[in-house]
Amino acid sequence: MRWITARRRHPAAGYAVVLLMLVAIGMGYAAVTGTGSPASASAPAGTSQRQIADGQSLFNKNCSSCHGLEAQGVSNIAPGLIGVGAAAVDFQVSTGRMPAKGPAAENGRKPVSLNAAQTHAIAAYIASLAGGPAIPAPAQVSTSGASVAVGQQLFIANCAQCHNFVGAGGALTNGKYAPALTQATPTQIYEAMLTGPEAMPVFNDTTITPQNKRDIIAYVTQTRSSTNPGGFSLGRIGPVTEGLVAFLGLLFFMVLAAMWITAKHGKTEAHE
Amino acid sequence: MSMTTKLVDGTGGWLDDRFRGAKGFRTAFRKIFPDHWTFLLGEIALYSFIILLLTGTFLTFWFQPSMTGVVYHGSYKALDGVRMSQAYASTLGISFDVRGGLLMRQIHHWAADLFLAAILAHMLRIFFTGAYRKPREVNWLIGITMLTLGLLEGLFGYSLPDDLLSGAGLRILEGVIQSIPVVGTYLAFFLFGGAFPGHDIIPRLYILHVLLIPGLLLALITAHLFIMWHQKHTQMPGKGRTDQNVIGAPFYPYFMAKTGAFFFFTFAAVALASTFAQINPVWLYGPYTPVAMSAGSQPDFYMGWLEGALRVMVPWEWNVFGHTFSFNVFIPGLLPLGAIFTGLALWPFLEAWITGDKREHHVNDRPRNAPTRTAIGLAGITFVGVLLLEGANDLIAEHLDISLYTTTRIAQVAVFAAPVIAYIVTKRICLGLQRKDQHLLEHGVETGIIRQLPSGEFIEVTRPVSENAHAVLTSRSQLPTLPSPDSADENGIPAPASRGALGKVRARLHTVLTESVELTTGNGHGGAGGGNGHGGNGHGQASGDGEPAHAAVPTGGPRGAASGDAGTSSSSGSAAHDGPGHDGPGEQADS
Amino acid sequence: MSETNGHGELPGDGPRPGTHGEPAEQGYPAAAAEAPAGPRRVIGTPPPAQARTLLGRDGPTAQAAPRELPADPSDLGKAKIAERIAATCFIIATLAGIGFIAAYIGLPVHSVDAVLRSNLALGTALSLAMLGLAFGATIWVRNLMPAVELTEPRKPLASAPADRAAFAETFEEGTDASQFVKRPLLRRTLIAATLPLVVAPVVLLRDMGPLPGTSLRHTVWRKGLRLIEDVSNMPIRPSDFSSPGGMITVIPEGYATDDDALAKAATIIIKLRPEELQHPTVLNWTVDGIVAYSKICTHVGCPVSLYEQTTHHILCPCHQSTFDAPRGAQVIFGPAARPLPQLPITTDADGYLVAQSDFHEPVGPSFWERG
Repeated sequence: MRWITARRRHPAAGYAVVLLMLVAIGMGYAAVTGTGSPASASAPAGTSQRQIADGQSLFNKNCSSCHGLEAQGVSNIAPGLIGVGAAAVDFQVSTGRMPAKGPAAENGRKPVSLNAAQTHAIAAYIASLAGGPAIPAPAQVSTSGASVAVGQQLFIANCAQCHNFVGAGGALTNGKYAPALTQATPTQIYEAMLTGPEAMPVFNDTTITPQNKRDIIAYVTQTRSSTNPGGFSLGRIGPVTEGLVAFLGLLFFMVLAAMWITAKHGKTEAHE
Repeated sequence: MSMTTKLVDGTGGWLDDRFRGAKGFRTAFRKIFPDHWTFLLGEIALYSFIILLLTGTFLTFWFQPSMTGVVYHGSYKALDGVRMSQAYASTLGISFDVRGGLLMRQIHHWAADLFLAAILAHMLRIFFTGAYRKPREVNWLIGITMLTLGLLEGLFGYSLPDDLLSGAGLRILEGVIQSIPVVGTYLAFFLFGGAFPGHDIIPRLYILHVLLIPGLLLALITAHLFIMWHQKHTQMPGKGRTDQNVIGAPFYPYFMAKTGAFFFFTFAAVALASTFAQINPVWLYGPYTPVAMSAGSQPDFYMGWLEGALRVMVPWEWNVFGHTFSFNVFIPGLLPLGAIFTGLALWPFLEAWITGDKREHHVNDRPRNAPTRTAIGLAGITFVGVLLLEGANDLIAEHLDISLYTTTRIAQVAVFAAPVIAYIVTKRICLGLQRKDQHLLEHGVETGIIRQLPSGEFIEVTRPVSENAHAVLTSRSQLPTLPSPDSADENGIPAPASRGALGKVRARLHTVLTESVELTTGNGHGGAGGGNGHGGNGHGQASGDGEPAHAAVPTGGPRGAASGDAGTSSSSGSAAHDGPGHDGPGEQADS
Repeated sequence: MSETNGHGELPGDGPRPGTHGEPAEQGYPAAAAEAPAGPRRVIGTPPPAQARTLLGRDGPTAQAAPRELPADPSDLGKAKIAERIAATCFIIATLAGIGFIAAYIGLPVHSVDAVLRSNLALGTALSLAMLGLAFGATIWVRNLMPAVELTEPRKPLASAPADRAAFAETFEEGTDASQFVKRPLLRRTLIAATLPLVVAPVVLLRDMGPLPGTSLRHTVWRKGLRLIEDVSNMPIRPSDFSSPGGMITVIPEGYATDDDALAKAATIIIKLRPEELQHPTVLNWTVDGIVAYSKICTHVGCPVSLYEQTTHHILCPCHQSTFDAPRGAQVIFGPAARPLPQLPITTDADGYLVAQSDFHEPVGPSFWERG
């Protein structure tokens, strides 16, 4: 204590305190962030034997270290892919979630490392093992003729609780999260509903019909590109950013105005 | 000039013939208003309120406060054919089918946010500068009442569009009311006209929002301003400023022009925000349905801390004798609100009781000079701040990649620990700043000029602080320095106020509350006249009045350095600021 | 009072010379010298009338009392520039105001993109007008009005003792004259007469709503009522809902537009593998691993439905109460104190999911009578 007392007036003391606090905050943040449990995954379907063979070799190279040579899964590391179907593989690989970098609470979207043909090959291989949901055809995910209004109601009823009203995403438990839907393609949205990647529930074609899925896709794609008539969107996440703007923007502006108006001017402050 | 004369003699004369206002208005026009930027924080709230009245009236021309279901077929195609309440449909109509409707809606909402933000800032300024002290306790209480009404007004207002987000807010409100022991269920049924959601809540909130609460606010604002006018505004410490005067510029034209300009600034701020920042896009939220909810749902910021309190609470519920105590809901729902507002309301009286200070105060405290008060204030802010952050914990978890549960667990500790830490740290900082002030008073300002003494020793030349700075630094001599209640009289009899258990508590609190670094005023600069007298050695900075002011040069201060600072002069205390020979009217005023 | 002097003497000469109000009367000597030095003359707290003769220096009217406020700023050159800037601001405000009206007339609404244009144009014009006025007025007051600093004394707020005594006397006299104290019968009956009228308004509020009765204990679910999907309103067969990891919101058939019913009856069904279901889930109330829970959170009533199929946790998006689906929706985190009530379900003759009965306990937030 005396050591501190002796140095508290040191010119560097202030900086030292700030530095210490920054380090403490950083360490505190590191302690609470990014905790995670092993990843989960799933996979799709194809056509020719040739494609399946290519898929198998790609699988062995890129996926088998976690999912096992037979795609049977490795407990506590990666799930088995038997029966997950081509749609699941296409979703995971085309969004860059797979191949994963390493175990995490959740594998987020990242740049893809396999091209579309390779992705479809792996999907075909996995589908050849035990079937499963197929990759939807372009017509299945087309939004022509779909109803945005019906999609809005379905989205609010089934999706918004995790992905937010406008698809901005949201937090789940233990570091998992529902991703924002800003980049998902119609095919990926369809596949996600069909296969339930990560923590997402499955919405199969008998609960949310293919027509309803196209309505939801129409709502998501239209809403995320829709104009914000009131100005900048502020992330469309509602009162939190609005409150920040109210304090940091409005109140700050008013304080500056108040300071200008009341600042000493002329030579009133002159001395006797 | 002739125009002015005509106005005064003509219209003014006509009015004066009927109301005899000349004298009163003359006094009013020369009323002095002190200047400080923080004195305008309350005005932001006032002008936001005016903007709210104007835009709110506009909105009522189209808004339909009805929960009757309709199928929407309006301009917003994404909701075409969706079932919704008339309230929601008419809000869409205002936004998309009335020219300027969206702008007015957004101005109304931004102004509401600014209104409450400004009230909070204004209240904190009053608190930290001790401006609530005698004789202004009543105005403080009026202010607290208005803050409470403002919170309700905001909550009711953003619930009116009947969108999914605000409907969830009402659902939570219903849950909290239901949790109140004994009467909760009945209160909820009476408020909602039956089971949630019913068909009555929107019309009921509407009439409260547009008539009752604004009416009360208007009456209280009038009282607030009238009392402020009558008691005259407080002033910040400074040269010549005492509890017996008020220094500033007259109401007409200075204050009038400044406050007018400030109104336009307020309007400009909310208009800019409403042009460029979208607020409460209810069309994206969709109409209310009790079946669904969105991730990342938060109330507006002024209710956010209550939302955080609900989130941070542990699941604690009792069932005894066939009745349910949902501590998990009504404690966080009512306790922080009650504690903060009751604490705020009682504080001026509690402080006066503890310090025994019954004097009038018109010069504001510097926050550092009331370390315990400032520390308590910061602890309160920290408490509310932790709850507010917890109210947005899902967004924090998502965007900062922290586990959701971790944020709550941290908040559960921080809600108790952080205020304590804030209290301790703030108090230390205040005391440290007081020591710094003391150092300045004793040793003056370092000039950076090194001088060698004949003995060969090097010293840094310091010069005394400016006269105004001196007045500011010593302003806390005006703080209560009444004898502590635990002092005994000459016979060893303790003061009556410190007897008994309550008295002991009071004595203990007195010690804590009045803790400050001891201030020795006056001498210390360059050996000039000590004490508070007019022994100072101000510089005759060419001040335009042609008066040869005090000419003494501080012994240690090179003239050049000192005169670089405007008003370097060390006359101190309240004695004659006015040099002898000055033809100031003050002398004559005495006669 | 000195203002009488001022009034009479100087008709029409200059802006109200020498009229001193109360504040002037008791100028504090110390404060008086605070007068600004900026403008040429030092003019402090107005002196009493007799000071005029001493101070009537080169003011505009030599015989007048001194002005408290200088007529002009000290630097007229700078003032000229400031005047031009302020006038420019006002001209901008004028043009912006005209622009606002033009935008109102010229820009239609009725679509999102049109509203964006209209809002931008109207808002920009309004903001500019307000900013022009704000900046113009501020520059005006700061740079054109001569800088002054005046002092006004404060009088003690408390009345003089004599005034207080006089008031007390007046009050007492009035009280005596009113007979209020002397005639207790009158007084007490008057007070008694007001009491019912104080209570009456509270009584009047009684019809704000019905009494709760047992309505919070029941929902519209009953034996044989079909579970239909929210929004699409389709009944559900267990075979339609066969993918493990599925979750869907269901409502009672026939109540799709009845918000009051839905506020209590909203339900979620979750498809688990039958072997995953554990105590205290009531297995007889499930069908092929499909379990139905109330969607209304037992905390404060938000619709819970944030379901993680990997962990089988149901999370409330409002306050993050977390319920464990395979174990009777028991609370594993958050402020909710009770599990979500389970709805007994079975299938009807057509193979659709139906309720076996209502929930067996009250759904939603706790209330006093819940027990």
